This record gives sequence, structure tokens and C-alpha cells, in this order.
Amino acid sequence: MVRSILPLRIDAAEVRRGGARLIGPIDLTLGKTDVTIVLGPNGSGKTSLLRLMHGLERAAKGRVDWSIPEADARARRAFVFQTPTMMRRSVTDSIAYALTVSGTKRSHARDRAREMARKIGLAHALDRSARVLSGGEKQKLAVARALIREPEVLFLDEPCANLDGRATREIETILADAKARRTRIVMSTHDLGQARRLADDVVFMLNGCVHETGVAESFFSTPETPEARAFLNGQIVE
Amino acid sequence: MNEIVEGLLAAAGLIVSLDPELVDITFRSLQVTITAVVIAAAIGLPLGAWLAVMRFRARRLVIAVLNALMGLPPVVVGLIVYVLLSRSGPFGVFGLLFTPTAMIIAQVIIVTPLIASIAHQAIRDLWAEYHDLLISLNTSKRQRVATLLWDARRALLTACLAGFGRGIGEVGAIMIVGGNIDHATRVLTTAIALETGKGNFALALGLGFVLIALAIAVNLVIHSLSRTERSGIW
Repeated sequence: MVRSILPLRIDAAEVRRGGARLIGPIDLTLGKTDVTIVLGPNGSGKTSLLRLMHGLERAAKGRVDWSIPEADARARRAFVFQTPTMMRRSVTDSIAYALTVSGTKRSHARDRAREMARKIGLAHALDRSARVLSGGEKQKLAVARALIREPEVLFLDEPCANLDGRATREIETILADAKARRTRIVMSTHDLGQARRLADDVVFMLNGCVHETGVAESFFSTPETPEARAFLNGQIVE
Repeated sequence: MNEIVEGLLAAAGLIVSLDPELVDITFRSLQVTITAVVIAAAIGLPLGAWLAVMRFRARRLVIAVLNALMGLPPVVVGLIVYVLLSRSGPFGVFGLLFTPTAMIIAQVIIVTPLIASIAHQAIRDLWAEYHDLLISLNTSKRQRVATLLWDARRALLTACLAGFGRGIGEVGAIMIVGGNIDHATRVLTTAIALETGKGNFALALGLGFVLIALAIAVNLVIHSLSRTERSGIW
């Protein structure tokens, strides 16, 4: 039995850049709930929080601890960026790359990448350059590249920010499938509709700090803070 | 003007008749320069990628020195290699002076900074684009360098072609370390220098046109084989 990397404990962590505080101090525990949505207005620190959790940002103060050593935990989580980076490779090779760098034989990695690409609706573009895909296709590829390693935790930073309704639905279907296979999803968004559709837990960020956390149902029906209430009512929160 | 026309006719005559001496020095030119470029690429490409990915204290200084070495005077390089390879020099025991190997060594020294510097610039831009992705995929430093080298291969090909251009047209260093010995170390550029010295301008120009044609042909062949302009955005 492989030991879970969860829970993740963040204790008084701060992210700083050029001496200025980006986020923090953050105190947060990420348990084994299925989908956590990180909500908040632009600039509230959603992206920085996800990057801190995934190890893309170092905590200048405080601690970020997974339940197993970081070196082992790192290989069992994945990240999807708001603007996905497309490698100068074909769709198949771009997805397979995530496997080959973790030691899978190239031919086997390519077979699995093709299978994954077909599953997420990129069968028509297997040999096309990843860089000429549409916005929605690029984001699907990025999600596929993250999921092919079967991560225990998947971070997504506003993956549907620039997508239309259809592409958003396709991404959400892929995420629902990942959730069904017990992938722990942590996703930032400022799309309240999407948050309501997907969230089991909510982390509400404001001014670089975790302002409120809670179970999705109670957060959306009876938020505890006036700022969260105002945000849910569509008011401008600063 | 007359001499240029005569040069063109001489070049055509040499090529059409497959002049044995021309074939000999052309092959030697290619052999020396291609070998030097392959060695320089093997050193310069990973060096350029490594400099783009690694962070260390003297990194900026190393990059500045590398860029400065792109303008390394070939005559000075030739002189230094001459001293090192001459009988009284530290490597004199190998007896390499006035051999194609000495010419290759000199060209490697001249071409490597050029390839490394262009590679560094190309890979630095790609690294800025790939940074978060490669970190998030938990890649090792070696994997990052390998990935960047592969994905920047088109730009790196240009770096190698620039190195080839510098090498094939180089005369100062290889004249000093090669000695321009007939059937041994004579190449197109040293032959041109020799014929010019003898006042044989038409033949010198003819050889010059052959040299230019050779450089263009190599570039076309490499671009054609690598399908640079054909396969869309990679």
C-alpha cells in the first residue's frame, strides 16, 4: 500500500519577491476531500498559493509539509498553468514527455500518450505540432500531460480562464473523470458558476491571505465573512 | 571587372573539369571544417544550454567572456596553437604541427565560442518559456538541458551553420598551424591566399567563387535535410 502524500500542512508560510510579500502568512491544511476550489478576486494570491503548494515558490517564512518527504511527494503531484506551455513537439510527444522524464520507455510512453489524447478528444491531432492547437485544445493537452502520470494531487491555475463554454465543459468532464479515479484536485478560478459545479471545499483568498475556508455547500449558502458574501454577490471586493 | 569575369570562367572551368587539385583541397576544406564544427558543437551546445539553465556566482562573467571570445582574432589563435604544438611546446611531442589535426584544433578554438554563445541566447529564451513546466514535471538538470537542446534544435542548427561559415572562410589560423602544404594541409582559403600572392588573380577568384558556392551548398543541404522551412511551427 503506497502511503498518501496528503494531508498537506501549510504553517504560517509567506511568499516574498524582491522583498515584498506576495502572500501570507498562510495557515491551511489540505485533506483528502475530492475537489478544493481556490476563489478570490484578481491579485488575491490564488496563483501564488497554488505555486507555493506545488513547490514552484519557496516559502520565505513558515513551512509547507506533505505527509511524506518532499522529494517523494514532488513526483506525485502535477500542475496545469493558466497559460499552458506548449513544447516544440507533436501532441503525442508532448504528452509522452511527462512519462519519459519519469523513466518510462519512449515507445510505451508514446502508446499511452496516444491513448490519453484519444480519450480527451485530441485523436485528430496526434501528429500535429502542439503549438498550432486552439486555446481549448492546448489546455486539454496540458491537462492530459499532467494526468498521464496519474498524480495523487492535481493543481490547476484557472485552466478555463480563456476558454469558451464548450471547451470549459470538456475540461470539466476530464476533471470529473480524474476525480472519479481518486485524483485530488486543487483548482483556482474566479468563475463562480464553475466553482459551484466542481467544489467540495472552498478556500477564499483576499489580499494574499486565506480569508475563509469551508465546505462548498455552506460557503456558497452562508458565507461567514462580509467579504466572501460580497464576492459571491458579484460585488467588487478589495 | 575583367578579372571577376575571368574568375567566374576559371571557377566554371575548374568545376566542370573536376580539376583533381580543386577536388583535393575542397575535400580537405570540408573535412577540416566539418570535423571542427562537429567537435565545437559537441562542446558549445551543451555549454550554451548549461549556462542558460544553471545559476552560479560567476555566470554573467562567463557569458560576457564567451561573447567576447566570438570575436577571437584567428591569427592570434593560430599563433597560440602554433606555440603549443611546436617541437619546443608542451604538445610538441605529438607532432601535430602542419597537419590537418592542428588546423582542426585551431578551428575548434575559433568556432566553439560562436556556437556556444548563439546556443546560449536561443536556449535562454526557450528556458524562460519552459521554466515552470520543466520544474513542475520534476525534471532533473540533465533532463532540462537535454530537453532544451532537442526543442531548440532548429536554432542550434543555425548556430552550427554560423560556425561552419566562420570555419570554412577562415585563413589566418590554419595558414599558421597548417603551413599551406600542397597535398597535405592546403585548403581553399590558403590556396586563394597563395594564388593572390603569386599575382594569379583569376585563379584566386575562381577558387573564391568555389568556396562561396560550397558554403551555400552546405547550408542548402543541411536546411533541406532538417526541413527547416517546411514543417510549420515546431
